[in-house]
Amino acid sequence: MSAPLATSLIHSSELIAVLYIVAFSLFIYGLSGLTGPRTAVRGNRIAAVGMGIAVLATFLIDGMGNWVLIFIALIIGTIIGIPSARSVKMTAVPQMVALFNGVGGGAIALIAWAEFNDSAGFADKPLTFIIPSLFAAIVGSVSFWGSNIAFAKLQEILPGHPIGAGRLQQPLNLLLLLIAVGSAAAIASGETATVYILVLLIASALLGLFVVLPIGGADMPVVISLLNALTGLSAAATGLALNNTALIVAGMIVGASGTILTRLMADAMNRSIPSIIAGGFGGGGGEVGAEGAGENGGTVRATSAADAAIQMAFARQVVIVPGYGMAVAQAQHAVRELASELEKRNVEVKYAIHPVAGRMPGHMNVLLAEADVPYDQLKEMDEINPEFSRTDVALVIGANDVTNPAANTNSDSPIYGMPILNVNESKSVIVLKRSMNPGFAGIENELYFEPMTSMLFGDAKSSVAEITSELTAL
Amino acid sequence: MFITNVAILVLAGFVGYAVISKVPNTLHTPLMSGTNAIHGIVVLGGIIVLGLGEDLSTLDKGLLMIAIVFGTINVVGGFLVTDRMLEMFKSKPAPVKQDDEEQK
Repeated sequence: MSAPLATSLIHSSELIAVLYIVAFSLFIYGLSGLTGPRTAVRGNRIAAVGMGIAVLATFLIDGMGNWVLIFIALIIGTIIGIPSARSVKMTAVPQMVALFNGVGGGAIALIAWAEFNDSAGFADKPLTFIIPSLFAAIVGSVSFWGSNIAFAKLQEILPGHPIGAGRLQQPLNLLLLLIAVGSAAAIASGETATVYILVLLIASALLGLFVVLPIGGADMPVVISLLNALTGLSAAATGLALNNTALIVAGMIVGASGTILTRLMADAMNRSIPSIIAGGFGGGGGEVGAEGAGENGGTVRATSAADAAIQMAFARQVVIVPGYGMAVAQAQHAVRELASELEKRNVEVKYAIHPVAGRMPGHMNVLLAEADVPYDQLKEMDEINPEFSRTDVALVIGANDVTNPAANTNSDSPIYGMPILNVNESKSVIVLKRSMNPGFAGIENELYFEPMTSMLFGDAKSSVAEITSELTAL
Repeated sequence: MFITNVAILVLAGFVGYAVISKVPNTLHTPLMSGTNAIHGIVVLGGIIVLGLGEDLSTLDKGLLMIAIVFGTINVVGGFLVTDRMLEMFKSKPAPVKQDDEEQK
């Protein structure tokens, strides 16, 4: 009786190892599928199958119990996860990613906490367990709270502009980090009191809050990407602590990819990652911008949908510059209709996609793809910028900071040096905007005061629809 | 064992870097969402610790259940949302390919 049992034990642990290898091979294969639009859907599903296999393999671990609790938790998670992913609007995807990322970080922090309680401190654990566990606890907690703030900002539960303690911010953050690391050191040196792990988690939570709160909304994509990478790294650390290769490989792949994405996004905005984390961007900028506008005393010219329609009907080339405003107003289908109407009149229509338009790289591509806009009309920044001088009308739909010429000309501007779409080189510019409120970076856009610019105030979707109906009536 | 795991960790980092640095801009949002789903693998950590815990306190069981709920939301929600995003790209594969080649 005992011999077959022993063999089956050996087999089960080897089987798990093999299944984990299959699982992370599928992750890697799936992710490489994501590199091409043709294979992307399949790639994502392959990675999901890998995840299923990894979970099943984990069930095979010998001596597992608490099945009822595990399955209840899995079912609750599924019940919450499916509808939230199904019902989320494509425009709200960035904050949804932030939220999903946050709960992942939260899970990591909770696991470390429970392990600490379970073994009554880490005093009799090896350092190779303690260090990764405490790293995961700190980073997971930072990621959870930071992601929730990012979510709240993007969802406009919290104001997008920076909230912070000004000059005290950096010393405060440093202090919190020291408290977290200090508690970690105490735990590692054998302290077993629960208070240490609680202080560690709370200090990291506050650190997550205070790091993200002062960051302006414009930098939020970079922050989400960075937090995504951090959650990946802490998942890998949890894997080291639990000696679980699936966690190590999957976590590290996310850590690596998140780092690349973060750098790409920061490059697109010509900002360094440390300066984004330092935060406060947009707060000071708001003041500079406000003063600048006051000095300008520039006037803003409002236009009507009918005028805009006439201008575009007789244009040779119209370049549409979408931004977050288009996403918020769900205007992508209306924009597509406007473009078709213009094309019927032999107007050439192109879309200028700034790398950080919207809230995430590729955000505009996703939305316009949803509205069936042909891909060859979507032009990236380097491709479209030389075209603006040959463009009759640039139609800016809810894009702001990415069109601000101050980035090229005003060295005092906080966005100075950021590559922008040179909208101001076109013959005329029509800006669709809800109000004169500054953009997410909190700075005034000089473009609006230029003589060739006219503003059409209102909700982007209804403005675009109005222009389209004026066009058909012409 | 630990050193072997660190070796795996380092290699996985390079693999991730190599695989992902080739993704075109257009797919960055789905990529972020997809990798986000993959780090939901922490759900395994929750399952293992809860499953192997011999005499866990009620508090710890609760914490671990929340961890598994969180991890599951991360995985299920992450993959579904990515799938929804990518479905939109699927209908027009050819032009995108072209666009891709132009970039190079």
